[in-house]
Amino acid sequence: MGEVSYAPETEAVGTDAGPYAARWPLRDRLREAVAGCRAYLLIAGMWSRSTLTYRVSFLMTVVGNACMTALDFVTIAIIFGHTRTLGGFTLAETAFLYGSSGVAIGLADLLLGSLDGLGRRVRDGTVDALLVRPVPIFAQVAADRFALRRLGRLTQAAVVLVWSLIRLHVAWTPGRALLLPVMAVSGAAIFGAFYTAGAALQFRAGDAAEVQSSFTHGGGTMTQYPPTLFARELVRGAVFVVPVAFVNWMPALWILGRPEPLGLPGWTGWLSPAVALAVCALAGLAWRAGLRSYRSTGS
Amino acid sequence: MGTQALIRFEDVEKVFQVRRKAGRLRRERHEVRAVDGISFEVPRGEMVGYIGPNGAGKSTSVKMLTGILMPSAGRVTVAGIDPSRERLRLARRIGVVFGQRTTLWWDLPLRDSYELVRRMYRVPDARYRANLDRCVELLDLADLLDVPVRQLSLGQRMRGDIAAALLPDPEVLYLDEPTIGLDVISKAKVRDFLREVNAEHGTTVLLTTHDLTDIEQLCRRVMVIDHGRLVYDGGLAGLHAIGDSERVLVVDFDRELPPVEVDGVRSVRVEGPRQWLRFPASASAAPLVARLAARYPLVDLSVREPAIEDVIGRMCAGSQGL
Repeated sequence: MGEVSYAPETEAVGTDAGPYAARWPLRDRLREAVAGCRAYLLIAGMWSRSTLTYRVSFLMTVVGNACMTALDFVTIAIIFGHTRTLGGFTLAETAFLYGSSGVAIGLADLLLGSLDGLGRRVRDGTVDALLVRPVPIFAQVAADRFALRRLGRLTQAAVVLVWSLIRLHVAWTPGRALLLPVMAVSGAAIFGAFYTAGAALQFRAGDAAEVQSSFTHGGGTMTQYPPTLFARELVRGAVFVVPVAFVNWMPALWILGRPEPLGLPGWTGWLSPAVALAVCALAGLAWRAGLRSYRSTGS
Repeated sequence: MGTQALIRFEDVEKVFQVRRKAGRLRRERHEVRAVDGISFEVPRGEMVGYIGPNGAGKSTSVKMLTGILMPSAGRVTVAGIDPSRERLRLARRIGVVFGQRTTLWWDLPLRDSYELVRRMYRVPDARYRANLDRCVELLDLADLLDVPVRQLSLGQRMRGDIAAALLPDPEVLYLDEPTIGLDVISKAKVRDFLREVNAEHGTTVLLTTHDLTDIEQLCRRVMVIDHGRLVYDGGLAGLHAIGDSERVLVVDFDRELPPVEVDGVRSVRVEGPRQWLRFPASASAAPLVARLAARYPLVDLSVREPAIEDVIGRMCAGSQGL
């Protein structure tokens, strides 16, 4: 849940420094981050409760959701019915990549997926209603229509991940065991940053949601498969340009004890949290710029 | 002075950069001065009407008062706070109702929306219950509490919105077209409620509206803006004097007559035995009637007061030439 705590902070960065901003910048931001998290939980909680009033319908959507995404993995399983390895990766190893990527994007989608709705709000003018409430707008947009049904996808990915962990023959050292949760959180944070940056664009261009989903869903699909399947240039792009490689490829390769396809040293797998922090900071700046431009033009 | 200015506008300007297509690739930039140097003060507890034609700068002003927009120049202060710099801190102390856009959660029942408001604004329990009970009673919300907002009619939703804005006991209430699209009964209900809130809690109210009955019934002070400038700030009565408006005397004679010719009135319309006569609003009607009765066979008469719409229309048309 690393995300919730970074998220409202990005809103706090520039827009609403409190009265003591000059003297206590850090304390002020911290206070806002806490207020943002609280608001997020409040709103998300309210939506969850209202979804759960129709229990059966909710369960059916979750199960349906999980089944839909499960078909995804069935495709991979079918491939392995015909071949023992895919790009040099066994079924368990591929499942490990699939699961870790799915958990990352599933977590980001569950927590921040609603940011997509900002464009609609900019178009119909309801952003103003959010700006007059005493809680950070980032938390309000992110928690708006909080959809518990997105748990379906997350659960399915988690099941595949756990299954792969059972089947993998990995010598678990403390370092490998530690990198596993670090990878999940960093991956979710990277995708969360994409959602945030996409939403920031929507302050200016209401239809920017498409751009964002090509990064999130495109990156999500790509990292479900072994990097050896893709052209070198594409992998290079995923490492250096749009750093989806750090969602799972780099750390997973280190855990699996496999060489990195670009020949980078193994410790680069440990760069994931740093990369996540960097893209989150960039996304935060983008959000701040987007909000500022909205507030000077009024849409 | 015992009264303290709660809202203060000092030479406030808001300039928008608008880009327009000029030719295939070229884009022209030009400036739109939505608010062009407005200054005013509103003391605590006052109810003020903020009116003007479409695009005059009303909404832009309200957005600056709430901190949504940053002014390009000048200073805005509300309750001692600079709204655009401390938007979140101010938000706790103000209530906003956007007439056509709800601030409630579209898919949630009113009750849940109110619960969220309570927790977001940290309204103390006892306070919340008392406020909610009062709103439910006065705005007739009892049957609506469990209905999702999207299923409410416009009038019901508006009442729901007003209640939501007032639950946290705001010091200032901004209402943007609060009676737009409402039926007569809903309008009356909303006005009664606002009057009571203002009287009981001393809530300062700033009201933008197209419905001048709102202003007549609620506000002693009116500010008229046009083309981003304040063209009038004062009592409702003074508006007539400034806009050199005319009253209309409708007279019925016992037969059809040619347009009457009496000093001080103009016949503007003739329909059978009935005629419409205009005269300056500042002139007294009694001597006119006496003169008319002396020369014409008068059967019946009535005096019509000028509509403020016309007065404001004239005022704004006049300011365009300046």
